[in-house]
Amino acid sequence: MIVHDRRDSSRGFFVPLVDYMLNRTSLSIVLLLLLFTVSLCFAQDAESIPDSVAAADSMLIEETFTPQPVSGVTTNDTPNDKGGSIQVSWELSPDDASGLIDHYSVERKVAGAPDSEYEIIGESTAGSSRATDNRAEDGIEYTYRIAVVSLMESVSGGMSEIVSYSSTSDGVRSSAQWFNSTRIVVLIFVVVLSLLIMYYISQAKAGKSLFIRKIAGLEAVDEAVGRATEMGRKIFFIPGTQDMENIQTIAGVTILGRVAKLAAEYECQLEVPVARSLVMIVGREIVKEAYMNAGRPDAFNEDMVRYLTDDQFGYAAAIDGMIVRDKPATIFYMGAFYAESLILAETGNYMGAIQIAGTAMPAQLPFFVAACDYTLIGEELFAASAYLSKEPKLLGSLKGQDVGKGLMLLAILVGVIIQTLGVFDFASLFEIPVD
Amino acid sequence: MRREIPLVITGVVGIIMVIQYFVPHSPFDKLDALFSDWFFILAACAIWLGALNLLKLSFIKVSKRKKDWPYAIIIVVSWFAMAGAGFYGGRGFQTPGTNFTWMYDYFYTPLSATMFALLAFFVASASYRAFRARSFLATLLLAAGFLVMMGRVLFDDLLIGVFGSLLGDARPLAYVSDIIMNYLNTAGQRAIMIGIALGTVSTALRIMLGIERSYLGGAD
Repeated sequence: MIVHDRRDSSRGFFVPLVDYMLNRTSLSIVLLLLLFTVSLCFAQDAESIPDSVAAADSMLIEETFTPQPVSGVTTNDTPNDKGGSIQVSWELSPDDASGLIDHYSVERKVAGAPDSEYEIIGESTAGSSRATDNRAEDGIEYTYRIAVVSLMESVSGGMSEIVSYSSTSDGVRSSAQWFNSTRIVVLIFVVVLSLLIMYYISQAKAGKSLFIRKIAGLEAVDEAVGRATEMGRKIFFIPGTQDMENIQTIAGVTILGRVAKLAAEYECQLEVPVARSLVMIVGREIVKEAYMNAGRPDAFNEDMVRYLTDDQFGYAAAIDGMIVRDKPATIFYMGAFYAESLILAETGNYMGAIQIAGTAMPAQLPFFVAACDYTLIGEELFAASAYLSKEPKLLGSLKGQDVGKGLMLLAILVGVIIQTLGVFDFASLFEIPVD
Repeated sequence: MRREIPLVITGVVGIIMVIQYFVPHSPFDKLDALFSDWFFILAACAIWLGALNLLKLSFIKVSKRKKDWPYAIIIVVSWFAMAGAGFYGGRGFQTPGTNFTWMYDYFYTPLSATMFALLAFFVASASYRAFRARSFLATLLLAAGFLVMMGRVLFDDLLIGVFGSLLGDARPLAYVSDIIMNYLNTAGQRAIMIGIALGTVSTALRIMLGIERSYLGGAD
């Protein structure tokens, strides 16, 4: 016998389904999914809102917030420059502190030209009240205005710019100046130092004896060359890793002339490995002249001054190899050095060479002090040539340099006292803006 | 004339360069860059003199079987390999994937880094010598160096761990380290810098006035 389920047949399809859903917790999940689907549909509708509707939204916001314009737009030709630059400044918009200002836009047009239109030449962030136009043409009169720009999110989700313009500035022209007045202190310093040096040179020429303090490192040059001669070993002279445009290299090669002359007189072998071709050319000329002046042109060989490589560590490696193989008795390091300073000096120290170093690189000085027997610190490198030559004219320049240093110390002392007492901002006299 | 012409050129160019520092107006505003360009052109041409000199000396060393001549073979082979790879690569010889860059990346860079790495060991040996307390001043140096090192390696954290509540937020070693570096060290460095500036001006003046001539070859 087949028994039909009467309940099922009488209630149809939907009733059991609803029962099923009502009786189970999955109903809540289904409802959530339904809600999610509906919200997605609404979101898609919002994205497809036509532009006209979005514009209407932003217009709506513009009506509610329009930034107040800036005031007091002033312009002036950038002082102490080579021209082509105009400085623009303004008073901040009263709304600047509200956080609703995105940026200030600097706009420029040619003054008195009816067909000229404003062009944006730069932007400044909110909170900033100055800008520099570096694209101005000298001699042309410009006027400027500042646009305060706010970015507002519209109801439709897009960003709209809301702009308020300032009044137009007075006309201004850029021009180049013939003197950079911010460097007046440097000029005074250079003139005073030059006059001092020239005065002491004239004194030295007139035969007046000048006292120059002893520099231990330079006093030891004779001893170092003599030691190499006695030991029958080479002298190495290393003029740094920089090219001839560096004043330290120039100072280094001037000392090379004195050392080469001594080496020629003592008949000692000199070797000058260099890192720059121009230094090689200059070094050869100097050594050649020194040998000729010492009356030993026959002993000169141009390969005494040899090029190794421009590369910093390649150069250090090559010289280290030469030091280890040739075991020089004396090594001079005179010029500009970087990280290779300690690599070279420690190797020389390990091989037992007497080492005299001189550099104006403050970061490398401690390394040379630790690894060398004598170190010329900063200015002593520049004084070395004059000191070794004992030439009155050169010694006069040294004396002038020392007196200049005395004046500098006096200025520092006076400055410290005045600044401490708070009488006057003495330090401001020496401020030089960085380009 | 061999001496006078270079002296006149040096003096005139030196004075022009001093003027351009104080005068921003044309044509002085462009002179610095112009002279720099000329210098780099000269240096670029001169590089061949140096490179050929290196090659010549190495060839002579190998051919005459001078002391340590095998090293010279390495120089010659490396010279031709790098120069050859550079010329073969044409204008784009430095682009990644060329023979030149391959040799640069896998030979030159590791060798250069190795030399630089040696510095760590040299610093250790030099410091050992420099910081020996042989005199009062050397002992001061040792003490200052020790305090700076302890302050820089955050030794204070360890102290706080041990003494906790006693120290609070204070970091005494870092403070002392900063005092030494910012005041004592800076004062010393500035004194040296002032001396260097004076020396530079004085040397430049000597060269411009023709008093210092030894850089032209020979003395005075």
